[in-house]
Amino acid sequence: MAAREPTLRIGDGALMRRTLIGAVALVALVLIVAPIAVIVVRAFSSGFATYAANILHPDTLHAIFLTVVTALIAVPVNTVFGVAAAWAITKFDFPGRKLLLVIIELPFSISPVVAGVSLMFVYGLQGLFGPTLRDYDVTILFALPGIVLASIFVTAPFVARELMPLMQAQGTDLEEAATSLGASGFRTFLTVTLPGVKWALLYGVVLCNARVMGEFGAVSVVSGNIRGQTNTLPLHIELLYQDYNAVGAFAAASVLTVIALVTLVAKVALEGRGAGRARPAKAIVPTTVGEEKPA
Amino acid sequence: MSRRVLPGLPLSLGITVLYVSIIVCLPLGALVFKAASLGLEDYWRIVSAPRAVASYRVTIGAAAVATAFNVVFGFALAWVLVRYRFPGRRLLDALVDLPFALPTAVAGIALTTLFAENGWYGAPLAALGIKVAFTPLGIMVAMAFTSIPFIVRTVQPVLEDLEPALEEAALSLGAGEGRIFRTVILPLLMPALLAGSSLAFARSLGEFGAVIFIAGNQPFETEITALLAFIRLEEFDYEASAAIASVILVAALLMLAVTNALQARGLRYLDKGR
Repeated sequence: MAAREPTLRIGDGALMRRTLIGAVALVALVLIVAPIAVIVVRAFSSGFATYAANILHPDTLHAIFLTVVTALIAVPVNTVFGVAAAWAITKFDFPGRKLLLVIIELPFSISPVVAGVSLMFVYGLQGLFGPTLRDYDVTILFALPGIVLASIFVTAPFVARELMPLMQAQGTDLEEAATSLGASGFRTFLTVTLPGVKWALLYGVVLCNARVMGEFGAVSVVSGNIRGQTNTLPLHIELLYQDYNAVGAFAAASVLTVIALVTLVAKVALEGRGAGRARPAKAIVPTTVGEEKPA
Repeated sequence: MSRRVLPGLPLSLGITVLYVSIIVCLPLGALVFKAASLGLEDYWRIVSAPRAVASYRVTIGAAAVATAFNVVFGFALAWVLVRYRFPGRRLLDALVDLPFALPTAVAGIALTTLFAENGWYGAPLAALGIKVAFTPLGIMVAMAFTSIPFIVRTVQPVLEDLEPALEEAALSLGAGEGRIFRTVILPLLMPALLAGSSLAFARSLGEFGAVIFIAGNQPFETEITALLAFIRLEEFDYEASAAIASVILVAALLMLAVTNALQARGLRYLDKGR
């Protein structure tokens, strides 16, 4: 023990400290690290050649392709929505603002399966628009549009929720100054608002992308699971796994695992720039003084 | 409140309202409409059927155990990350978010493989007579995994902001560490701990991808409610699917209300500070 601690805090005794760190690290190893390890071990359990063959299988390649296409549509759509929603909600006050906020956050609380089932009752044959859509030969479900709609639903709040606390904390003074000097709204956003929120925006985009690429439940309901056609990568993993092709399933899973790990690295890097949970109001806008307490 | 001098309200609000109407409200409205078209008697018959009730019991029970686990583990994790400096701390901090980042289907097959009878954990556990994969225990493991980040990430910031002077004062007055933890620290962390728990519980109730691989999915034994809604849909029993999905939806809305109420205290504080 040190002769005089600068501050006395409980739980700082060597025994307590070591026990807690050891126990937590052990459980984290068993519960969080081991699943990653088992994916790698199983994916390569039949050698690298088999792994490569599994990844390069046409069905797997198509699943990767479909997943990327879905993300290329869903992520930009939710980014535009997230920016628009954050602008409307944080820069203005209007009746129904709180309600709108609740609705935007809603998909975050809803089971993906419920999202998928709900889409069936809109676009399915037994749904609201199903019969009309069939008459006009428009295919939504069991095809790319359904997969995209389901992915957009489950990730709707991702960008907005990263932007809103930051844009709220920044207030409207700078934007008002810019517009009073004659800048257009769009220019004001690009040159005044965006520079302050760019890392938070990117953070939201990264998380949104990870979730879109990994979404299983909602997409599973609406995709129809047609091999080589409407199988996204997570669905393809399920299909291979149920075909008792575990090595193939883990090879496909390793692709998503790499995406998840890259996402984590990007997340940590962006948090270093003040995005996300690093309490952006304090990190980026030091002018909002006063005691900041987390929500 | 700010004067309305900024441009862009009609455009941004227009996009937002149109988007949430089509993407969020339309499907959920259609689900509620379908469930409501059943009539009270049919609706009740479906949602109170023995298989449905068994699925609620399985889902709620497993979610409760998973949340209880994470109250302890999540709290300890947050404590270790905030209070101690040790090699690998930043790595551990980053790992907390892995269950968020890892797709649920990937987590599902990985956990199933670990806990299957020939798996790294399954084999030694089987020797002890404990079966995890394809039992309710497996559902708990999957739910515990996917909800790890919630309690850690809600408790962590509050723990960081805890005033050292409080503990110092209590120590100087002669209180023991256990007593200080119970009477000074825990009460201050309680709102965050409860809010995190309700988030974790809600997530576990809705979890699907990770669970269905490890659950075994036997009706009455290891079938979760979300899967039952899915199965009814695949059986073309749309009414039953809508009714059961509506139960999950109502549970989710309830949990959302609970979480918001629990967080309200902290949020009120934040608003006052501005």
